[in-house]
Amino acid sequence: MDFKLTEAQLALKKEYDDFFREEMKKAPPITFKGGLEATFSDEGYEFAKYMRKKLVEKGWYVQHWPEEYGGRNAPLIDQLIFNESVGYFGVPGIDGFGVGMFGPTVLLYGTEEQKKRILLPIARGEVQYCQGWSEPNAGSDLASLKTTAIKDGEYYIVNGQKTWTTGAHKADRMFLLARTNPAEKRSRGLSVFNVDLTLPGIEVRPIKYMDGAHIYNEVWFTDVKIHESERIGPENQGWGITRDTMNFERSGIGTFSRVRRQLELIVEYVKTTKRNGRYLYEDPLVRQKIGRLYAEMEAGRAQAYRIAWLQEKGNLRISPALASESKVYGTELTQRVADFALEIMGLSGNLEDSPWAPLQGAMINLYQSIIGNIICAGSNEIQRNIIAWVGCGLPRLKGQG
Amino acid sequence: MDLDFTSEQNMLRDAAAKFFQNECDYEKVKKIEESAEGYSPELWQKVAELGWTGLIFPEQYGGYGGSFMDLVIIQEEIGKAVFPSPFFSTVVQCGLLILEGGTEEQKTELLGRISDGSLIMSLAQYEPETDYSYESITMPARPEKDAYVLNGIKLFAMDANIAEKLIVAARAEDAGLTLFLVEAKAPGVKITKLPYVSSENACEVVFTDVRVPKKDILGTPGGACDLLEKMYAKAAVAKAAEMSGGCQAAIDMTAKYAREREQYGNPIGGYQAIQHFMANMLLSYDTLNNYLYRVTCMIDEGEDFSRDASALKAIANEAYRYVTERAVKIHGAIGTTREANIALFYRRAHPFSMSCGSTAYHYEKVAQKLLSEGLGSF
Repeated sequence: MDFKLTEAQLALKKEYDDFFREEMKKAPPITFKGGLEATFSDEGYEFAKYMRKKLVEKGWYVQHWPEEYGGRNAPLIDQLIFNESVGYFGVPGIDGFGVGMFGPTVLLYGTEEQKKRILLPIARGEVQYCQGWSEPNAGSDLASLKTTAIKDGEYYIVNGQKTWTTGAHKADRMFLLARTNPAEKRSRGLSVFNVDLTLPGIEVRPIKYMDGAHIYNEVWFTDVKIHESERIGPENQGWGITRDTMNFERSGIGTFSRVRRQLELIVEYVKTTKRNGRYLYEDPLVRQKIGRLYAEMEAGRAQAYRIAWLQEKGNLRISPALASESKVYGTELTQRVADFALEIMGLSGNLEDSPWAPLQGAMINLYQSIIGNIICAGSNEIQRNIIAWVGCGLPRLKGQG
Repeated sequence: MDLDFTSEQNMLRDAAAKFFQNECDYEKVKKIEESAEGYSPELWQKVAELGWTGLIFPEQYGGYGGSFMDLVIIQEEIGKAVFPSPFFSTVVQCGLLILEGGTEEQKTELLGRISDGSLIMSLAQYEPETDYSYESITMPARPEKDAYVLNGIKLFAMDANIAEKLIVAARAEDAGLTLFLVEAKAPGVKITKLPYVSSENACEVVFTDVRVPKKDILGTPGGACDLLEKMYAKAAVAKAAEMSGGCQAAIDMTAKYAREREQYGNPIGGYQAIQHFMANMLLSYDTLNNYLYRVTCMIDEGEDFSRDASALKAIANEAYRYVTERAVKIHGAIGTTREANIALFYRRAHPFSMSCGSTAYHYEKVAQKLLSEGLGSF
């Protein structure tokens, strides 16, 4: 067993790091706030699009995809190094929904025609996707969703409402999970669609996040006509497909390199900041927590390598227990980073945009955004159920989904 | 990057698992625990025959020249079996000290005898007012012609009651902190086994005018700190491996119990309160286990691993304590009995987390390095 990178991989890492270090100097202040705001605010989105263009030019944007769909069949380890660098430098612009989730789904389940039509625009960085899953009454219990897509000749007529749709206001397309057979309950009778958001009958309404940012949306569908060629995979088989979509690329490696950068900033902060006559780093409690965060970060990172390795060896699908573990661990570690940083920042930690705000307010921003990450994409409580069921072999009782 | 074990390593693990299954189940562990010796000479000999006691020593000293990963695999299996034996004190602690600091003669004799199972050793380092800090060790070693004379009390010398030789850390008045090889039966050495929560052989060793010839110094006079520091970095990883194995066994055992035990007409493992405990336990174990392998690879590849050894041991401490505590809780009242297998693990949680440095000790070490050197490249 070894964790070593080859000479070629080390060279690749250096190329990524050097490039991002330079390019990120051009980023607007909002980008350094991190989180989804860096990508989906008006100010942040311009820079995100600029970076996306650069990534496509470099041939890095979908490098792990097959060549015929715009990639270069890069080994997953290369992608891992790339994601670490992206996470560390906080590089925005990669459409996680298109590149990370829907693209691999289409690769696995799409027809040849769909692959060419859907994947190439993603690969060229021409489209932004959003995810059409959650509904007002279908959050953690996604299979209870009510949006319908009823077959009418060559078309499906879609009616219903999606919510918490990240970035829908910037997106061109959505991958939609809707009920194609209303007679069937829960996970049966669902299908997946590729939806052009400019179609008549689609309305996007903003939801403001607690910090005032526009990230999430409601998306309303009223008699929207979607051609049957936009259905991915067999009709009524959308649940199995969606379960795969959830588990692509879930090593979460970018989270740990992002935490690394945050920890570096915090170490610098405690070394240079005095409170009540002494430097923060002199406080044993501060030192204990810095030691702990480092240890937890490195443990999580080793686990992320393991997950990536399993993906590299098998196919892109990994055990749902591991995907859930990486989500729970990564988000909760990030929350501990924010909590710790704010605790030592004291009153100054409360400042958002102010010259007095430590680390440009990044930690108070993280404090607000991370709680959303802990809830979204399958709440950490649901993830823990999955870990217990799949990882520990515990039984699902009636009503547990 | 290659995160798979070699086929030899898989065979080593399988053989170890099979050995414990056949020779030392939990009932046997409980019997051994009750004995004054706290180990089974018969099983110790078998372990030596399997080659474990010489696993990490070079062939020229009677060992097998294995990698650190090989040791980690054995330690994981020992941890699963909660095998009561002097393996850690003799092979890991004393063995590594001798390998690092011994003369050719000492290495040939002592490592050869550790490898063939004929020599049990104990490290006598801690004192009533000193735990992990080498600087605070006070026990004097007074030079007298061609010898040093030791006087003082050592605590928590593991397996001293069954050891033939001790390695004693004492302050040579003319050189500073030094390691001495002392016969356990030497005149003036009095060894008493202490009642220890894990039933491990923790001993008090009282030295009264014990004469140690100068040739029985291990390493150089005044050279103890460096030897101990190097040994402990590796020993901490080996102990973390034992704890990782223990976490795995405790989780397997508890998941099985939660699937079988019924209340309110359902297996308790169907209830979310239990599921979330179990999910946290598995997450603690998986992250510990993967970090363990990463740090082990750093050792085998000759990288600087001391910062990560500390971070790993702290993670192991937190994980082992959390996992075993929840495991007893999920077992309910039956888990609190002397006969419960899970209690074997719970009773080890505190002593294991204090072995080779407590959580707070290691977090402070990590912090010191981060504050002075930064995080470095990754």
